[in-house]
Amino acid sequence: MTFQYFLQLVISGLVIGSIYSAVALGFVIIYKATRVVNFAQGELLMVGAYVCFGFLVQMHVPFWAALMLTILFGMVLALFVERLILRPMIGEPVISIIMVTIGLSLVLRSIVSAIWGTEILVYEPKLFPQEMIEIAGLPISLEFVWCFVLSLFLLAVFSLFFKYSKAGVAMRAAAFNQQVAQSMGISVKHIFALSWIISAIVSGIGGVLIGNINGINSSLYHFGLKVFPATILGGLDSILGAALGGMIIGILENLSDGFCKTYLDLSGVKEVAPYVFLVIILMIKPYGLFGTKEIERV
Amino acid sequence: MEILQTPFVRVCVTAFFVFLLAWPFLVTGDYLWITLQILIASIGAVGLNILTGFTGQISLGQGAFLGVGAYTSAYVTAKLGLSFWVGVPAAGLMTAMAGMVFGIPSLRLKGLYLAIATLASQFILEWVFIRWEPVTGGSYGITIPRPSIAGFTFATDRSYYYIVLFIAAAMILFAVNLMRTKTGRAFMAVRDHYISAEIMGINLFKYRILSFGISSFYAGVAGALFGHSLKYVSSEQFNIEVSIVYLAMIIIGGLGSILGSLFGAVFMILLPKLLSTLTVAVSADFPAVARLAIAFEHGIFGLIIIMFLIFEPDGLAHRWKMVKAYWKLYPFSY
Repeated sequence: MTFQYFLQLVISGLVIGSIYSAVALGFVIIYKATRVVNFAQGELLMVGAYVCFGFLVQMHVPFWAALMLTILFGMVLALFVERLILRPMIGEPVISIIMVTIGLSLVLRSIVSAIWGTEILVYEPKLFPQEMIEIAGLPISLEFVWCFVLSLFLLAVFSLFFKYSKAGVAMRAAAFNQQVAQSMGISVKHIFALSWIISAIVSGIGGVLIGNINGINSSLYHFGLKVFPATILGGLDSILGAALGGMIIGILENLSDGFCKTYLDLSGVKEVAPYVFLVIILMIKPYGLFGTKEIERV
Repeated sequence: MEILQTPFVRVCVTAFFVFLLAWPFLVTGDYLWITLQILIASIGAVGLNILTGFTGQISLGQGAFLGVGAYTSAYVTAKLGLSFWVGVPAAGLMTAMAGMVFGIPSLRLKGLYLAIATLASQFILEWVFIRWEPVTGGSYGITIPRPSIAGFTFATDRSYYYIVLFIAAAMILFAVNLMRTKTGRAFMAVRDHYISAEIMGINLFKYRILSFGISSFYAGVAGALFGHSLKYVSSEQFNIEVSIVYLAMIIIGGLGSILGSLFGAVFMILLPKLLSTLTVAVSADFPAVARLAIAFEHGIFGLIIIMFLIFEPDGLAHRWKMVKAYWKLYPFSY
């Protein structure tokens, strides 16, 4: 394996990883604020990608307007989901909540395939320039660079939002202790709705980015499943962890795939590698790099 | 006999069993096939309920464990040439071992983390099914024979039905009785409050692993029976959706209730059949909406899961109890 090949694997891993990070960010926001494990995160990404496709390609809306409309749509969808499906489930056991989000994912998937079918669709015109540029002697498509930069921007915006804005601080307070937050005049209901909205927006933008690079089809929701390795590695309730975890998983899956292809003559490791890492992480460090340890006292 | 407490219940259960025995002579074709699938699914659902409903360990890997059973039995019967009667127990034991290995994380993990760990095991096993070609036949799968005793082959669905019926009845009876033993009580103690359980001297690790083992044994047997019923095993039959269907069975049926698992199995096997019958009927009349109807099949499935969780979180078993209580006091039911 040449160094060049290695570097190429790392860089393409980083780009896919940045999308994982965006989706993982959405997942962590919901988990942190509402303790809901969202198995429909990948479907939120898929819906974002398809809705943007609908506006941009089928209705010929300019890109910035299509993006705004997608975000708006994501917000409305998230509000509906939170109000109609998740709010009645407050106080139910973990397994019921997992199951309800799985049910939600099936519904979203079927709606998308009913409207757009299951074939691969391609964004036309492309949003980002297609030229190749050279970084460290490697040819890299400019759209990869754009995609990476935009996801980093997204991650930065939301970390700042949680750190400094009033709503962000309120969300962290509600995540820390709901009763105390409520007694400080924070409406926990609004916080729940807000966290779903933010999560849908972040995943939707992730969907638009990945749709630009690879085209969109009905198996886009697989991104949602890669969220688990990423968030477990970073720590389930850490935003920084989600960002780092997504990128590390992206790089690791690419590298292990490359290594197995070159040295073991084994193909298709890419699909399974993140889950092997997931099991290993769970065995040695179940609360991840930055997650809050749950300490039990009798 | 102790599990059937009143003469009335005894009569009812006996009558039901006799009815099941007579069932193949009353119906043919599709209906028999569906009943066969329900029996197989009820073994798997009871197994999952032992793990998730009684011991409180969430598993999203039931589909893959069914697969381990099916492939083991397929390998033993089709490639090693041994009989079905070796294949099915071998499938159960092999899957129990796999389940125990993937259950090891349950020592440290619980709830959500365990769910994610079992999700990972689902994907890892699925990958093994596709890639380990010498054993699993890769994407071509394996063709396997129906069982036979002393020259008589259970080739028809009707004869195979009786094998499945007796295995299912024996395993469900065992599960009902298991819950009345020390082991079963320990499982429930671990579920309800594992710290208290540990203080009372219950070895958490032992009982969690045991629960994974028993549950996977059931899954393995169910998977093997499923494989022999189709006479063909391939990896798509055991994907994540199967795990979801099984989890839906025990949630809709009722967590921590053997009867509930049976209700759930009936419901979740019948539902897709009903939906696809409906789809066919609709698309015959309105060809324009055929594509929509096919796409919505899954969606309706998801919607029903959501509705159940919101409006009937205790499952069908709970509803059954309510109905029974209502009729017990009938004219004065309030």
